Amino acid sequence: MAAPKRNDAARLEATEARIAALDLPKGGFTAPARAAALARFREMGLPGRRDEYWRWTDPALFAGVEPQLGDAFRVDKPIFEGRDKVRLVFVDGVYDAAASDDPAIAGVEIARLAEADRADIHWAKALYGALEADGQVPVERPFAALNTATATEGLLIRVTGKAARPLHISYRQSATNSDVVLHHVVRLEKGAELTLLETGTPGARSNVVMEVEVGEAARFHHLRPQGRALDRAMITHLFARVAEGALFKSFTLTANGRMTRNEAVIRIAGDGAVAHIAGAALGDGVDGPYHHDDTIFIDHGAEDCESRQVFKKVLKNGAHGIFQGKILVRPGAQRTDGYQISQSLLLDEDSQFLAKPELEIYADDVKCSHGSTTGAIDETALFYLRSRGVPRADAEALLVLSFVADAIAEIENAEFAADIEARIEDWLARRKH
Amino acid sequence: MLEIKNLQVRLEDEDKQILKGVDLTVEAGKVHAIMGPNGSGKSTMSYVLSGRDGYQVTGGSATMDGEDLLEMEPEARAAAGLFLAFQYPVEIPGVGNMTFLRTALNAQRKARGEEEISAGDFLKLVREKAKTLKIDAEMLKRPVNVGFSGGEKKRNEILQMAVLEPKMCILDETDSGLDVDAMKLVADGVNALRDKGRAFLVITHYQRLLDHIKPDVVHIMADGRIIKTGGPELALEVEENGYADILREKA
Repeated sequence: MAAPKRNDAARLEATEARIAALDLPKGGFTAPARAAALARFREMGLPGRRDEYWRWTDPALFAGVEPQLGDAFRVDKPIFEGRDKVRLVFVDGVYDAAASDDPAIAGVEIARLAEADRADIHWAKALYGALEADGQVPVERPFAALNTATATEGLLIRVTGKAARPLHISYRQSATNSDVVLHHVVRLEKGAELTLLETGTPGARSNVVMEVEVGEAARFHHLRPQGRALDRAMITHLFARVAEGALFKSFTLTANGRMTRNEAVIRIAGDGAVAHIAGAALGDGVDGPYHHDDTIFIDHGAEDCESRQVFKKVLKNGAHGIFQGKILVRPGAQRTDGYQISQSLLLDEDSQFLAKPELEIYADDVKCSHGSTTGAIDETALFYLRSRGVPRADAEALLVLSFVADAIAEIENAEFAADIEARIEDWLARRKH
Repeated sequence: MLEIKNLQVRLEDEDKQILKGVDLTVEAGKVHAIMGPNGSGKSTMSYVLSGRDGYQVTGGSATMDGEDLLEMEPEARAAAGLFLAFQYPVEIPGVGNMTFLRTALNAQRKARGEEEISAGDFLKLVREKAKTLKIDAEMLKRPVNVGFSGGEKKRNEILQMAVLEPKMCILDETDSGLDVDAMKLVADGVNALRDKGRAFLVITHYQRLLDHIKPDVVHIMADGRIIKTGGPELALEVEENGYADILREKA
């Protein structure tokens, strides 16, 4: 897998130092998967700026032995408050039973990785680390392997029917030096349905992996407002395999954050499957450094499938946004319908958006397109709104909402979409002066 | 109501004088029409009065009920009662027509120190106004002007006018791109708003809109100035002979 070219002395040394400092879990059903992941990580090594997919994002904050300190965001009103759901809380990456609801949802089996790992046999045995390992090709994702090797917390979620209520994983940060690793495994059986809400920032530094197996004709909705911690360093990986006739939909909102990288590898493996992934990112350098990176890989390996990538970034005062998105259409994946759009709205001349859209197509009967734009607020639209009496700051806020609307439209549940929109409005209201 | 004196305007980015001394007074309760050939400065005047960027006032004044319009931000002009119906209404994806209207109305009320309108009262108000303009609930729900036909966009402008109840309404080529039926709907909407406390400035190329919205006064504008003022018969004269005769007469 790894070419010897880049295993220079510095990389080897940093990688070994990182491994030496790890507190590796022992035993449990995950032991073989962990050992394999550690070997993968060792072979790949920590990434550096010269690696193709790290040229625009500095991995230093994820790579260091110690996390950089960071304050939690003082949350005034938690998102999705008052919606019918079952909430499970992780504080600094550790499950907090007292703060959580009873983890019982009809149609869903939920176990903690920390406890289930002791069992000899578990349905998750075949899945833990499997989609991550599979997701290392064609692009290496060393931090995901590191996660598989070291995670002791996370949820194992098996959905056997139509989940009676949404499941809400709520992250809270308490310590300024929390270095969190979480690994969730989700399996939706044939025809099952789940809406999974994942909210907040787990720790000062966070490495979160989620592996999702979406079974035949199953439906999975994922909504991820990532909290508003200003100092956070957060890397996430979403690995999914989508079976015949299944639906996978994921939406992420990233407001604030010194360093956030969200990677996704979605394998569309069964005919007629649908995968949509969308995101809205909001960063204003006046609050502190902002760097946001979406690195997405959609792999079409079946016929008559549809994929959508809709990513919007609103950047101000030196904020940085990165989008690296690839669609691969394998031989035989006929009648693939793939679409990708990444757009940035630069609210001043100090911010930066870098985009690398890629299409690789080996089937001859496909419909694939991609686009990327960078622009400022439309002066004509701004004047139109102001001429109706809307003050400039409110008009700009409305136009930001207008800009992100296509991404929000990817959220099917109207109530959750309204909550996300309200969160964006709140973020915008905080910077009206 | 509206008083424009010797207004001179040039483009900010180009060294080009557009308005070369416009004098115009529009009284409350009256409908004034401005006609003129392309490039005469009609639209520029509507933009300058409503506060669009990109124009530099090099001389003269424009006041509404004694208030200096040119010193005010566009939103303040709107709150003071000025309204411009755009020649090309702007599409705003992702922002619902109702949300837009309510935001605008409440912003204006707030600026005037009035209470915000309740959701229920607002709904009632909009439904009532929309009905006369044949704007259905579906159109109200859609994003502002997105996917609207030319006629729908213009009707939407008049709906905004009806809801916001300005005292000085400027209509910039509201007839452009409209068929006869659409024009009649728009004209009916405007006529319903005619009131002794409200004035209109109707900018148009053609006389046909003025068949439906009867003006009290007609001005002819050319090369950045008002060159002739008269009654409704002036519009008919233009319709029959074009602008050539009037321009020649002034030359």
